[in-house]
Amino acid sequence: MEQKHKEHSVLAEAFNNNEPRVNWHDETLWWVRQKRDKMAWTLPEWEELREAASQIKHNVLGNLHDYLLAFEKNAIANGAVVHWAADAAEHNRIVLQLLQQQGVKRIVKSKSMLTEECHLNPYLAEHGIEVVDTDLGERIVQLAKEPPSHIVLPCIHKKKEEIGDLFHEHLGTPAGNADPKFLTAAARLHLRKEFIQSRVAITGVNFAVAETGEMVVCTNEGNADMGAHLADVHIACMGIEKIIPERKHLGVFLRLLARSATGQPITTYSSHFRKPKAGQQVHIVLVDNGRSRQLGREDFRNSLKCIRCGACMNTCPVYRRSGGHSYHNAIAGPIGSILAPNLDMKDYADLPFASTLCGSCSNVCPVKIDIHQQLYKWRQVLTKEGHTKKTKAAGMHAMNIVLSKPGLYKTAGGVGRWVMRTFPAVVNNGMNPWYKQREMPEAPKQSFADWYKKNRQ
Amino acid sequence: MKVGLFIPCYIDQFYPQVGIATLSLLEKLGCEVVYPQGQTCCGQPMANSGFEHLTAGCNELFVDHFQGFDYIVAPSGSCVLHIKDHLHVDHKEVAATHIRQRIYELSEFLTDVLKVENLPARFPHKVGIHQSCHGQRGLGLSQMSELVAAPFSKPQQLLQMVEGLELIDLKRTDECCGFGGTFCVFEEAVSVKMGKDRIADHVNNGAEYITGNDVSCLMHLEGILRRQHSHIKVLHIAEILNAGIN
Repeated sequence: MEQKHKEHSVLAEAFNNNEPRVNWHDETLWWVRQKRDKMAWTLPEWEELREAASQIKHNVLGNLHDYLLAFEKNAIANGAVVHWAADAAEHNRIVLQLLQQQGVKRIVKSKSMLTEECHLNPYLAEHGIEVVDTDLGERIVQLAKEPPSHIVLPCIHKKKEEIGDLFHEHLGTPAGNADPKFLTAAARLHLRKEFIQSRVAITGVNFAVAETGEMVVCTNEGNADMGAHLADVHIACMGIEKIIPERKHLGVFLRLLARSATGQPITTYSSHFRKPKAGQQVHIVLVDNGRSRQLGREDFRNSLKCIRCGACMNTCPVYRRSGGHSYHNAIAGPIGSILAPNLDMKDYADLPFASTLCGSCSNVCPVKIDIHQQLYKWRQVLTKEGHTKKTKAAGMHAMNIVLSKPGLYKTAGGVGRWVMRTFPAVVNNGMNPWYKQREMPEAPKQSFADWYKKNRQ
Repeated sequence: MKVGLFIPCYIDQFYPQVGIATLSLLEKLGCEVVYPQGQTCCGQPMANSGFEHLTAGCNELFVDHFQGFDYIVAPSGSCVLHIKDHLHVDHKEVAATHIRQRIYELSEFLTDVLKVENLPARFPHKVGIHQSCHGQRGLGLSQMSELVAAPFSKPQQLLQMVEGLELIDLKRTDECCGFGGTFCVFEEAVSVKMGKDRIADHVNNGAEYITGNDVSCLMHLEGILRRQHSHIKVLHIAEILNAGIN
C-alpha cells in the first residue's frame, strides 16, 4: 500500500514530539468547543434546530438535481453566469480561463474550502497568476507556505510569536512584535492595498438559495465583501451540495453555523449576493468533484449535509492532539476523514482509522451527520477494497481463528498468560507499541472461566 | 429471572476479579445467573478494525451461548454496544434479535431492569468516573456534554448509593481516554497522550480511584498509571458496587 503522504499515525507521532505544544493546541481548540457549548445552551430549541437543519439538507440531497437547476435559472435571471465543473481540474480550468480573459496576474480570494480541495492556488501559480488569500488566517498560512490546518481557523496551529516572525519577514513589521492587535492592523493595511488593486475577486459560498439564485457568504472579517464589491469580476466557487431550497431556511442555518463554529451568535458578516452591480460580472462555478459519487453511496450520502463549521474538529480528542496537517487533506478532522476516501480511497485509507469512534463529532454536528458511524463503515469498505496492510490483515485472520474456537481461545489464553508471567520480556519490549509508554496488564493464573468452573460448577 | 453472564475476552483473561464482582453482585441482588462456558468474544476488535466480515464465527458462538436467557448482562458498555449494533446470524436471526434487544451493560441493568434503589456497599474513597464513550454516547448511560438536554447518569446514580464514596468533579466530564480498540497500538502516540490527559484531570481533582463501565479503557489508563508509578488505582464499577457486600 504505497501512499503519496505519510500516514496519519506517523504525522501524529511527530506532532506529539512536542508535548507542551500539543497541550496548547488541545486547550485552544477545547476553549472553542466550550464557547460553542455555551452558545448552544442559550437556545433551548438547540436540538430541534439541529434536527430541522438535518431534515432540510435531507430534502436537498434527495432533490439536488431540481434545486440545482432552479438555482441556475434564477442566478442567470439575476444576471450571473453559471458554469458547471465535473471535477477539480475542470473547475481550475474555468477559473483560469476567466482570469486570462481579464488579463490579470494577481487576484484576491476569500475563504473557500472548495478551492483548497481543488488545489486552485498552486494551479494558478503554475499559470503565472498569484492568489492573495484575504482571510487573515488563510493569509498567515499562505505566507508560511502551508495549507490550512482547520477549515474555520486555518492557522490555529500557529502561535502569535510565529505569526509575528512571519509578518516581520513578509510585511516588514518590527522584529519580535507579536501583539495580535498590532499584527491584525498590519495585515489590514497590507490586504487593503490588495483589495483596491485587484480587478477579480474569488469567494466561496456558504449557502446558495435555489428559490432566489442568491449566494450567502459568511465571514467575520468582511473580506469577501471587500473583494467582491471592489472587483470588476466576482467569481464564486461552490460545491453542488451548498444549495438550500428557500431563503427562509437561512434562519435555521445561520443560527447554527457560527454558534457551532466559534461560539458566536452569528458571523459578523452574512452577505447576500444576488444581482451584479452595474458593469460587474458575476460568475458562479458549480463543482461536483466526487459529490454525485458520494450521493450515490447510501451509507455516506449524508456527509454532504456538512456546512463546514468545524465543530467536529474542535471536539475531536484525536484532532486536538494530532493537528490538522496530520490528516494530509484539505479538510481535516472527523468530517475530512469521511469525505476524503470518496476522493481517493488509496490515498486516504488511513483517515477513517484516525479515530477512537468516541462519537463526540456526531453529537456536535449541527446537521446531525452520523460521522462516527460512517468512520466505522468506511473501515469496512476500505478493508474490502484491499487498502489494508498485509500484517494487519494477517493479525485479524489469526484473531478470528482463535476467537471462533472456544477450545483454542482457552488454550491460547492460558499459554499467553503463562508466557507473560514467566518470560515477561516476550511482550515487554520495543516491538510492542502498547509497552512503549504503558505497562501490560498483570496476567492472572486463572481466567474467569477457570474460576467459575471451580467455584460455581 | 434468568440472566446470562457475558464476560468479554480481555476481562476473562486479565481481569477475572471484575467478572467475579459482577457475578456476585447480580447474585446478591437476587438474579439467577449462568455463565455459559465456551463463550469467547463479541467480535468488536475485528469489526472496528474494518474486518466485520470476519466476525461470523464470533457471532454464531455468541448466539449459541446466549439464546434462551431473559437477559444478557456484561460489565462492558463497549462490547454490549457492539452486540446491539452488529450481532446478526442469517439462519439464527430470531435468536440474534432477541439477544440484541435483551443485552444490557451492568449499570443500566441495575438501574433500569432491577431498579436498584440502594446497595449495602461501602467504599470510603475519592472516586472519579471515567465515562467510556461507547457506554455513554452509544448506550446512553448518561447525558453527554455536547447535547442540550437534562443531566442524568446511571453509573453516578449507583455510585451515590455507596457509603463513604466521594465523587470528584472533572474539568472535562466525558472526554475519550484514547483506548479505541486497535487504535491504542496503531495510533500509539495520540492514544497515550489522550490517556495521560484523562489521568491528569483525575489527579488534579484529587481522585484516589478511577472507575468506569469499561475495563478496556481502565486497562489503558492503568497501564499509563503504572508506568508513571502513580498511587491512583483503577477499579471497574462492579468492584466498587460489590465492595463491602457480604
